[in-house]
Amino acid sequence: MIALNVNGQPKQVDVEPDTPLLWVLRDSLELTGTKYGCGVAQCGACTVHLDGQPVRSCVTPVAAATGRKVTTIEGLHPKAEHPLQKAWVEEQVPQCGYCQSGQIMSAAALLARTPSPTDKDIDDAMAGNICRCGTYQRLRKAIHRAAALAKGGK
Amino acid sequence: MTSMPLSRRAILKGSAALGAGLVIGFRLPLSDALAQSEPGKFAPNQWLSIDRDGRVTIVNSVPEMGQGTSTSMPMIVADELDVDLAKVKVEQAPANPKLYANPVTGAQSYGGSRGIRDHLAAWRKAGAAGREMLKKAAADEWGVPVDEVDTEPGTVIHKPTGRKLLYGQLVDKAQKLPVPQDPKLKTKDQFRYIGKEFSRMDLPSKTDGKAIYGYDVRVPGMLIASIERPPVVTGAKVKSFDATAAKQVKGVRDVVQVSHGVAVVASSTWAAFKGRKALKVEWDEGPLAGVSSVQIGKEYAEAAKQPGLEAKKVGNAEQALGAAGGKTVDAVYEVPFLEHACMEPMNCTAQITPAGVTLWVPTQSPGGHQAIAAKIAGVAPEKVTVHTTMLGGGFGRRGEPDFVIDAVETAKAVKAPVKVVWTREDDIRHGFYRPATYNHFRAKLDAQGQADAWWHRVVGPGILMQKGRAKPGTVDGSAVSGAADLPYDIPNLQVEWKDKDFGVPLGFWRSVGSSQNAFVTESFIDEVAHAAGKDPYEFRRALLGKAKRHRTVLETAAQKANWGAPLPAGRARGIAVAFSYGSYAAHVAEVSVAPDGTVRVHKLVCAIDCGIAVNPDQIRAQIEGGAVYAMTGMYDQITLDRGRVQQSNFHDYPMIRMAGAPMVETHIVDSDEAPGGLGEPGVPTVAPSITNAIFALTGTRIRRLPLRPEDLKKA
Repeated sequence: MIALNVNGQPKQVDVEPDTPLLWVLRDSLELTGTKYGCGVAQCGACTVHLDGQPVRSCVTPVAAATGRKVTTIEGLHPKAEHPLQKAWVEEQVPQCGYCQSGQIMSAAALLARTPSPTDKDIDDAMAGNICRCGTYQRLRKAIHRAAALAKGGK
Repeated sequence: MTSMPLSRRAILKGSAALGAGLVIGFRLPLSDALAQSEPGKFAPNQWLSIDRDGRVTIVNSVPEMGQGTSTSMPMIVADELDVDLAKVKVEQAPANPKLYANPVTGAQSYGGSRGIRDHLAAWRKAGAAGREMLKKAAADEWGVPVDEVDTEPGTVIHKPTGRKLLYGQLVDKAQKLPVPQDPKLKTKDQFRYIGKEFSRMDLPSKTDGKAIYGYDVRVPGMLIASIERPPVVTGAKVKSFDATAAKQVKGVRDVVQVSHGVAVVASSTWAAFKGRKALKVEWDEGPLAGVSSVQIGKEYAEAAKQPGLEAKKVGNAEQALGAAGGKTVDAVYEVPFLEHACMEPMNCTAQITPAGVTLWVPTQSPGGHQAIAAKIAGVAPEKVTVHTTMLGGGFGRRGEPDFVIDAVETAKAVKAPVKVVWTREDDIRHGFYRPATYNHFRAKLDAQGQADAWWHRVVGPGILMQKGRAKPGTVDGSAVSGAADLPYDIPNLQVEWKDKDFGVPLGFWRSVGSSQNAFVTESFIDEVAHAAGKDPYEFRRALLGKAKRHRTVLETAAQKANWGAPLPAGRARGIAVAFSYGSYAAHVAEVSVAPDGTVRVHKLVCAIDCGIAVNPDQIRAQIEGGAVYAMTGMYDQITLDRGRVQQSNFHDYPMIRMAGAPMVETHIVDSDEAPGGLGEPGVPTVAPSITNAIFALTGTRIRRLPLRPEDLKKA
């Protein structure tokens, strides 16, 4: 058994230690908001936080997550009211939506360390996340909007 | 899924000429038996129902693949029915072609940007019929003439007295009335939702991880399978396999041969992947094992020397080209195979029980996939229940049958519910590709610089031909769409298609034939304009005298992009215009090129005429997304060597990312015309507007995709 802390909750999972965190989240813990897109850390659909840092869970062995805080899209905000989640709806960002959990998790890590990101900051922080529907223009706007919302204390 | 026993409804096909002269079947009415079996529910047709509490349910038949149909569709019905859209419950239709087939194509299958385009008239009528019946029920209740009553959302009102009845109070009475076959529709000024902004209803679930895609489906007792597929793209057969090592992987339950390879069935996804790695398969590689892209390119060039089938002929282009004087322009354009690369890899979950088959599948073809599953399981199509999940992208890929065959065959073999999941590598290497084509062009300018002849020979395979949906020896319309319907008024025109198919699987890639044909034709017309010494915008405009809607979008895009106004040093504009899937689009691109040859698209201005604009913000979203999709297509290629696709994942089949995405500005032309499509029309003109801008800036004409920085690198 491997002990994990996921979204603030202690969890025990019976998996091989080389199993990528992605499949533990999705198959063992039924947290399917984190997506598989490529399996080789190229697309960012599987992005989660380990102690607040964005990682690609598809190439992170579950053993590497023990003793650290795992945060997934389901645990980003208790009521799904993170400024990014609000801004995503206000700017009507998602189309198919499959990549958006990963986009939001990458953006959340960005805002946590850079509360007022420039366009260049956004380019750099979001470079690992692919959106095949091409929502980049709205993603950028929504990140700026979320930054403003966060400053408004909401 | 819907709880209404819709299949029990009697079906009548009334008809009325609507929209662009299309005859829309309208299926009605409720049988008495059904009315009795469902007391308290008013369901005048398959699209909507209202219960005694006034709760409205609208059934959307078009799969949600990101285009916003799960909001746009209910907007239309709710508008004509006159209910508060925010309170409507939206359900995804089951597979049932008798009730939910596209009224234009006759199939419950969705591609070709056919959502609103093919259904607007039927959905408006469905809502309006319901409203008319509720009005009649209230008028009867009050004993007043029906023209004295009107509605406000969810309520019928008696105008002279102000009396009101809620829709829920009228359910039992309305249920007994005949369904009007030709209800009166709202006028444009009466619309509450159509043409207005309305927040997409699927977005909260797409920001908190709750939306369920096919890959997320979980069924009690379900196993997960990954299929080892052949090294060659298609046509290989399993000679033998050794599952000893695979079966030793913890979690692997079974290893079974299926049509597309060998399925490793496990208790978890990772176990299935690991088991697959440990599997040994010997293949008979089949007829494509000798095929390579180099050979395909050479044979295309050879084939281009021979005449093709005539796709379009006006005047006599050969003769005009041979005439003395004037100027001849001659060029060859080539485009590669492309894969869809949906963000969610292919997958399907299937369960077979004595009662029938159940599928949970992100599908563009609920009806088609129902039929396939029925055939494999040996049951009637009605015994196959299809739950259409959210689609993590479609782009034409999810109408293909392969992933459904995988799941039903595997579930049948292991006698358990199975979810078959594809890897990214499976998707890239076993796709249905946008055809690679070779295009030879010749044009003639007369002594005055007027375009006198246009000659275009397309060499490549036909998607419909390969799928057996075009008659051998005829022109495959998909191969020449966007080429044979050239909008320019040129007196001598000849377009030919030379069928050259190596058996590489072909599919409908977002905008299909127009994806490559708009690139080649809009590039070549630009070459002709430059050869004539004319401004490429003015040159096109002058040739669009008979193509008013083309001209309007061209003029709008040019005007909004300040065509002709000075730009900062190192930047230039390019323009392109095209019709596809019922809509007209023009793009103006503003680009710069770095010394290392990297192209930067600073801005794309698009004018779109899609007829009546139902959901303007989602029109903009489709144009923005179409631009990124098209730009990705300028940099990618699928190539083959010994029948093997040489690309495998996003490192060698790269996608546009945040820093490379253009700013897209969309201008929607105000129109009362019948609705056009939107998923696809934003794609075709993007590439040529960019490459035409590159030419204007650098003098280098991009005639071959993918675009490589070395083509533009400064020596």
